[in-house]
Amino acid sequence: MTAPLHEPTAEAAPSAAEEAAVAGAETKAVQGRSLGRIAWERLKRDKLALTGGIVVLFLIVVAVLAPLITSLYGQDPDVYNESMIDPLFGTPKGALGGIGGDHWLGVEPVNGRDIFARIVHGARISLLVGFLSALVAVVLGTILGVLAGFFGGWVDAVVSRVMDGLLAFPQLLFIIALVSVMPDSMLGLSGTGVRLLMMILVIGFFGWPYIGRVVRGQTLSMREREYVEAARSLGAGRFYILFKELLPNLVAPIIVYTTMMIPTNILTEAALSFLGVGVKPPTSSWGQMLSSAIDYYKSDPMYMVIPGVAIFITVLAFNLFGDGVRDALDPKGSR
Amino acid sequence: MLAYLIRRLFAATVMLVVIILVVFGIFFLVPKWAGVDIATSFVGKQADPAAVEGVRQKLGLSDPVFVQAWEFFKGIFLGRTYAAGGDVTECAAPCFGYSFRTEQAVWPVLTERFPVTLGLALGAAVLWLIFGLAAGVLSALKRGSLWDRGAMVVALAGVSLPIYFTGLLSLAIFSYGLGWLNGEFVPLEDSLTGWLGGMILPWITLAFLYAAMYARITRATMMEILGEDYIRTARAKGLREQVVIRKHAMRSTLTPLLTMLGMDLGALMGGAILTETTFSLPGLGQKVLDAIKNQDLPFILGVVLITSLAVLIANLVVDVLYAVIDPRVRLA
Repeated sequence: MTAPLHEPTAEAAPSAAEEAAVAGAETKAVQGRSLGRIAWERLKRDKLALTGGIVVLFLIVVAVLAPLITSLYGQDPDVYNESMIDPLFGTPKGALGGIGGDHWLGVEPVNGRDIFARIVHGARISLLVGFLSALVAVVLGTILGVLAGFFGGWVDAVVSRVMDGLLAFPQLLFIIALVSVMPDSMLGLSGTGVRLLMMILVIGFFGWPYIGRVVRGQTLSMREREYVEAARSLGAGRFYILFKELLPNLVAPIIVYTTMMIPTNILTEAALSFLGVGVKPPTSSWGQMLSSAIDYYKSDPMYMVIPGVAIFITVLAFNLFGDGVRDALDPKGSR
Repeated sequence: MLAYLIRRLFAATVMLVVIILVVFGIFFLVPKWAGVDIATSFVGKQADPAAVEGVRQKLGLSDPVFVQAWEFFKGIFLGRTYAAGGDVTECAAPCFGYSFRTEQAVWPVLTERFPVTLGLALGAAVLWLIFGLAAGVLSALKRGSLWDRGAMVVALAGVSLPIYFTGLLSLAIFSYGLGWLNGEFVPLEDSLTGWLGGMILPWITLAFLYAAMYARITRATMMEILGEDYIRTARAKGLREQVVIRKHAMRSTLTPLLTMLGMDLGALMGGAILTETTFSLPGLGQKVLDAIKNQDLPFILGVVLITSLAVLIANLVVDVLYAVIDPRVRLA
């Protein structure tokens, strides 16, 4: 287990001070810095992580502003541009899948929908599912992990068994199974809405053990610490200890594992859409674009390359940022 | 050792029962709670009402839940007879379900496809173990070097690439573009060289992802172990660095990786859905995709069940191997 993340002034500050000295930014008052501040200063010097973070921010902006971007750009993701298609082969006219001034990334084979517009809209699906399913996992994982670690006994035994079980089995297959037995409409949603909700819930459900395991371990080791004992001896109740003493110290590991979970979730969403259990057409998603590109990898390779690269850049950016956050919040300060 | 084995076997048996019940729950209880008609989802949405009604009776969907669960459970070990009035369908043991849509028992179809999946998984495992472990160990030993940074960049790219994209790219480049490999699956019975030729790209694609994961984990584990006190002791007592690495550090690095390998191989026994789909390999994973497309739920159920059992068996094998290589485990 990683070293405890509490008492930042006592444990993490010396190493941060050394690093500050190395960086030439000598600070006189070392003891006053919070863990967040230390982490941010470390992160700032990690060029790769910063690049990842900037790309992530950029993608979030693109996803949020997708309709605005496509209307400024002048192409609708769902409009067919048959004039762009070679009637004989069904592939786009022009080189590289029809890339040009009107269609920056070309058009899809057969129906000629604009790929740039579809990629921009696809970012919404990827990020929405990536973030919200991570949120589901964090909420479930934190609650159950804290319960298991704090109360121990049979609660711990049951939660731990369930976590082991969920971690052992191939997630994608179970997610496919669950999504395929679910109804086409529920809670007033239908079509793409219900598929999105299903993916968020199911991916989140299979992700919580990753958070839960860490939270449980940390809680278990922290509840025996002197400062918790001190609080208890001063007459603090269980809930006070839980919310005021333990949870603040769990924030750092939870942030680390959440950042590292988002790219995995994005890949899972893409895989589900690729396999046809994700969002329904005509809603665009990157996985779905790749799955229709299979039939054209010989005649129109750009159609496959563009969504593939989009997924790759997104996941890579999140991974770089996640690795950086992990290193920055690591109290051992190994870098 | 014997006591340890018996304990493990007992735990595995309990897990077996739990798994079967969970799979039953996913396919029969979850849809019920969600308000889906199970009989319809078993025959497909286009089926006529009489067929749906027949399946409803055959599956005993109006029976109490525990009776249904028991029939499901019993079928796996003893076989099962689905009856609706005079219409009787036999499903021999092990009955992993019956596709009323195609009128096939699930088990024979899956066992027929299993060798393809097995070949893919084992071939890829050999590759990813060699490259993943070598890259991870070398990176940990030469930390911060050009090699370390290069290997870790490649590994990071490996875990960030969707496997079906890597697969398609390799097909486009090596099979279609350069024409080095035919990129088509040939059964092993037909031609050994044809099979090898068709499997090279799937092996490399699948192994690339896993090698990347293994390299990252091996590097992290190895670096942690190199910082342990007993490594310092070994060095302090004057052992040659080579011996320290080989006898002390490597051994503790490899034991946790054995668990990972067991789990991953077990999970792959149910088919590498994405790889098999990309390369059109007729294994279990591709059957899952077909089943999704044709709304043929029993096959998804069958593959889920087989994969779960494979993971369980892999777990048991790893536990036993652990006891063999790590005396602390069997004495605990």
